Amino acid sequence: MADTLVPLQRTHPLDARPSLTEATVGAVRVVDVSAQVQVRAAVPGPAADALAQVIGAPLPTRPGTWTPTPAGGRIVWLGPDEWLVVDPSAPSWDLEARLRAAAAPHGGAALDVSGQRVVLSLSGEHARDLLAAGCAVDTHPSVFRRGAAAQTLLGQAGVILLALSDDGTDYELFVRSSFARYLADWLADAATEHRTA
Amino acid sequence: MSETTSTTATTAQARGSFRTPTGGRVDRTSPVTFTFAGVEHTGYRGDTLASALLADGVHQIGTSIKLGRPRGVGAAWAEDPSSLVQVEEPFPDPMLLASTVEVFDGLVADGVPGQGRLADIADSARYDSRHLHVDLLVVGAGPAGLQAALTAARSGARVALLDEQSEAGGSLLGSDELLDGRPALEWVADAVAELAAAPEVVHLQRTTVFGVYDDGFALAVERRTDHLGGAAPEGTSRQRVWRVRARRTVVAAGAHERPVVFTDNDRPGTMLAGSARTYLHRYGVLAGSRAVVFTTNDSAYRAAVDLADAGVHVAAVVDTRDVAPAHWAVELERRGVPLRTAQAVVGTRGVERVSAALVAPYDRAGLAAGARSSAGVEPEAIECDLLLVSGGWNPAVHLHSQARGKLAFDAGLGAFLPAERLEDLLVAGSAAGTFDLSSCLRQGGASAATALSELGLDVTAVPVPSAAEQPPSSSSSAPDLVWVVPDPSGDSSRQFVDVQRDATVADVQRALGAGLRSPEHVKRYTTIGTAHDQGKTSGVVTSGIIAELLGAAPDAVGTTTFRPPYTPVAFATLAGRDRGQLFDPVRTTSVHDWHVQAGAVWEDVGQWKRPRYYPLAGEDMETAVLRECAAARTGVGILDGSTLGKIDVQGPDAGVLLDRLYTNLMSSLAVGKVRYGVMCGADGMVIDDGTVLRVAEDRFLVMTTTGGAAKILEWMEEWHQTEWPELRVHLASVTEQWAAFPVVGPRSRDVIGAVFGAGGSEDGVDVSNEAFGFMTWQDTTLDGVPVRLARISFSGELAWEVHVDSRYALAVWERLIAAGAPYAITPYGTETMHVLRAEKGYPIIGQDTDGTVTPQDLGMAWVVSKKKPDFVGKRSFARAENQREDRKHLVGLLPVDRETLLPEGSQIIEHREDGVLPSVSETGPVPMLGHVTSSYRSAYLERPFALALVKGGRARVGELLHVPVKGRLVAVEVTSPVLVDPEGARRDG
Repeated sequence: MADTLVPLQRTHPLDARPSLTEATVGAVRVVDVSAQVQVRAAVPGPAADALAQVIGAPLPTRPGTWTPTPAGGRIVWLGPDEWLVVDPSAPSWDLEARLRAAAAPHGGAALDVSGQRVVLSLSGEHARDLLAAGCAVDTHPSVFRRGAAAQTLLGQAGVILLALSDDGTDYELFVRSSFARYLADWLADAATEHRTA
Repeated sequence: MSETTSTTATTAQARGSFRTPTGGRVDRTSPVTFTFAGVEHTGYRGDTLASALLADGVHQIGTSIKLGRPRGVGAAWAEDPSSLVQVEEPFPDPMLLASTVEVFDGLVADGVPGQGRLADIADSARYDSRHLHVDLLVVGAGPAGLQAALTAARSGARVALLDEQSEAGGSLLGSDELLDGRPALEWVADAVAELAAAPEVVHLQRTTVFGVYDDGFALAVERRTDHLGGAAPEGTSRQRVWRVRARRTVVAAGAHERPVVFTDNDRPGTMLAGSARTYLHRYGVLAGSRAVVFTTNDSAYRAAVDLADAGVHVAAVVDTRDVAPAHWAVELERRGVPLRTAQAVVGTRGVERVSAALVAPYDRAGLAAGARSSAGVEPEAIECDLLLVSGGWNPAVHLHSQARGKLAFDAGLGAFLPAERLEDLLVAGSAAGTFDLSSCLRQGGASAATALSELGLDVTAVPVPSAAEQPPSSSSSAPDLVWVVPDPSGDSSRQFVDVQRDATVADVQRALGAGLRSPEHVKRYTTIGTAHDQGKTSGVVTSGIIAELLGAAPDAVGTTTFRPPYTPVAFATLAGRDRGQLFDPVRTTSVHDWHVQAGAVWEDVGQWKRPRYYPLAGEDMETAVLRECAAARTGVGILDGSTLGKIDVQGPDAGVLLDRLYTNLMSSLAVGKVRYGVMCGADGMVIDDGTVLRVAEDRFLVMTTTGGAAKILEWMEEWHQTEWPELRVHLASVTEQWAAFPVVGPRSRDVIGAVFGAGGSEDGVDVSNEAFGFMTWQDTTLDGVPVRLARISFSGELAWEVHVDSRYALAVWERLIAAGAPYAITPYGTETMHVLRAEKGYPIIGQDTDGTVTPQDLGMAWVVSKKKPDFVGKRSFARAENQREDRKHLVGLLPVDRETLLPEGSQIIEHREDGVLPSVSETGPVPMLGHVTSSYRSAYLERPFALALVKGGRARVGELLHVPVKGRLVAVEVTSPVLVDPEGARRDG
């Protein structure tokens, strides 16, 4: 009966809901990310080298940072031996297979977590105020500029927060899929004063 | 309140105005109309409720909590112990102070006899919070705080300047000081303007820092729209909690004037002397027309002189000291104000307002003395409508003390002062016991400079504006330390220490008489310091009285602990936006909206919303669940099991780690196979269970219970990281990566075959028993999307679990539903899942277990490996306690009447021949054999059944027991926990 069905549709937790971008006066947009793969490796070491080979960039070793990849993606430092590789276009299961094939022989690991989190961009003049409404991290550009990454809470949702600019107006948030609607509601509510101002 | 309006309105007019013709910080071009105690009043923008009422001659605010005595305005800010009001409009708000509530058009308030009234309607205001990170937090925008903030701002630091009043200035607002030859408030305005222009400065007024905690963390509450009443802009939060992280904090919170306790010291019209000066200078209000000033120190002379200059008839200044300060004596004489030294106010007259101060020679013998030298001496009554009191000043050491800073009693000042410099918190100005203006300014700037240089910042010093010379001090101007003026007749029952709590010197004496010594104990015995003001005026006085009565030094007695909040904060403010829909995150699966469309009734499982059942029109839960169960046992059902915890375990040592954590052997599992496993704590008690899929030689997928997902990952990480870091294994949650749908029932093969079989999918799966056995899994794809199928059954029926990337979950679910239509596929919820598994005797960890149940107790000795050298929990199984025959075992119970649904949690007792529950009074407690853990109606069995933990339960199979249900004994037969298909014939379809 498959031939009578349309191809499998990808869905997003924020589909078919009031526009988050409108509710936040343009501050929050949903970002479509094709693949997120969590990798594990000891650095320095052969697993890390093999992963870097596949990604095309070395794994960042400074805590609380992210670095760009040649594919237009990001490598986010999550722990001393743990990273999130984000790719805008690669099929997620394919990326997992390539990274795992590279790392596993050396005791590393890779797993597809593309469905685990959704990505939101947070930008503009109200971006820092929205973060300050529920995130304890100091986002002042003097201490949290492009390349900075933090694993923290926004409201009551765990998030990975990336700074994309040096002027405190461009961020990316990764949130667990099951918390996406909560966080969207929370952000829309936090923007109440921005809507009425 | 309306019935008194007409008569009192006339009285209010008759009272006339106590507003000065000019002066003050109020905006005389912006009159506002408000209602107090049913009477309409007019004040000005910038007035507090107290200043506006005083301007109308109203002193009494309410009556006291226990004694019903009239009480009035006692001070000009938060230290006021007595002016509690209930705001009625715009929104009911209990327990506010008239001296801190700003007036606005439409404000309606009433006095409160000690207790207010919570609103009985929902608060529609918004409350929110902000995080703020700074180099320097400055608490208080008085002279010291402003100078500190200016210094930090010019040095380029990130600064927060928070002040609780409506405008900056602190003590300068209530005075007529000059700085650099100009009115001090011009200097304040310049400073505020400079701070507003500085890019890294956050300056907030109406913002009280109410708590300081470890590591420079401070909490403040900003009252953003309270003062606007109905004119508050929509959408703006009413109050905001600021969560400040400061590398250094300068506390410049000022000082509170301290009263002296004497008999009948609570009558309206009795006020702290400095507060009357504030009402004059800041609000342009005369607090009375005829005043007596009672003091033990120089500061009250300033109030006496300023009030006399403003036209108040000052009938006397009464000073306990033998010699008055020469400078001030001259000033009084110049104004014709009588000065009485070595005298004290020993009592008052009046009912709703003080009408006279009773003055007598000051009896230095103190409270502890027996006979009074003043006994029998008739005190002199001096008529007055305002009695100003000053017993000295208490530096506001609250935040320093909250930060665990030590305090020490300074005998010279008669006050407790910070006795140490804390690493990240400095105290400046009068909060540090510095009372002259120049020194306060200098200290503010110096504290900021010290803090910033400690942080490695370059300090730009700010010139200190020059203040007027202080009147020369002499030894005679040292303050007198007077806590209580003894009552001439020895009656201390009307000497109020805590005016709000109606607690008196007699109460303190009673507490000491009962053997209490610590001020903490006396506080709790007497309730002193437990009211809205938390003892701002009464706390130190109490310590002083205790010291005096015990003949000890105040330092030895000490103070009670200063704890947050500094001033009351409403719960709604602290809750902020975490209420209503945002109170607790609601977690949803990818299929959530489908469940909504299907009319699911929800069960909250942790933060997840899971469908509990899907009622059809007219169905209640019981009929819906019976229908869903029947479908799963006779046709096909489908469950959204996406919330199950899933942990990816990768690495060469993955099998070793699982062997050590599960009771059974996992490393022997072949790739492509599935095994059920149980995890125990070190005590051998079951903590979780689930299935494990071996995905590759070096990779497993561990399934946990929904509730155990986070806990079990942490448990595994803890063992790995702390005990066995040498194991080459990596753990990660993939709970939300994989949606999981059990497709259950005799027709499940048809549905799975239709979607994923050779006809349905390009690399179709052979779903026959031969090709796809029980407890195996296979990967396939659907339109190019990887899908994993696993023959796992939590019901005993033929079943598959379908695992797919959650982004494609809804699409796959809809395909399954479509493919199942010919078989009337029935979505079912958690309730049916529970019934199906209970019929098979599968326990739910946390429902059928309670942390005291071993695998053996569950009848699962088979899941405990006898071969493995060790695993978590193993050594505990050998304990004698774990070997006892009478341990509680999981068994099934069948009510003999085939009708009664046993309530879960019911106790189980031995079978009684007479069928009557014995009376405890005759036989003593009835021995409990266990309790019912799960209980349902079974469509399959056509009768209710239950699972239970029963002592020695397995040996009792076949026996009858009794379960008391609502006073009746229900006979139950003990059975094996497996009630459906014990031979396991159904699982292969």
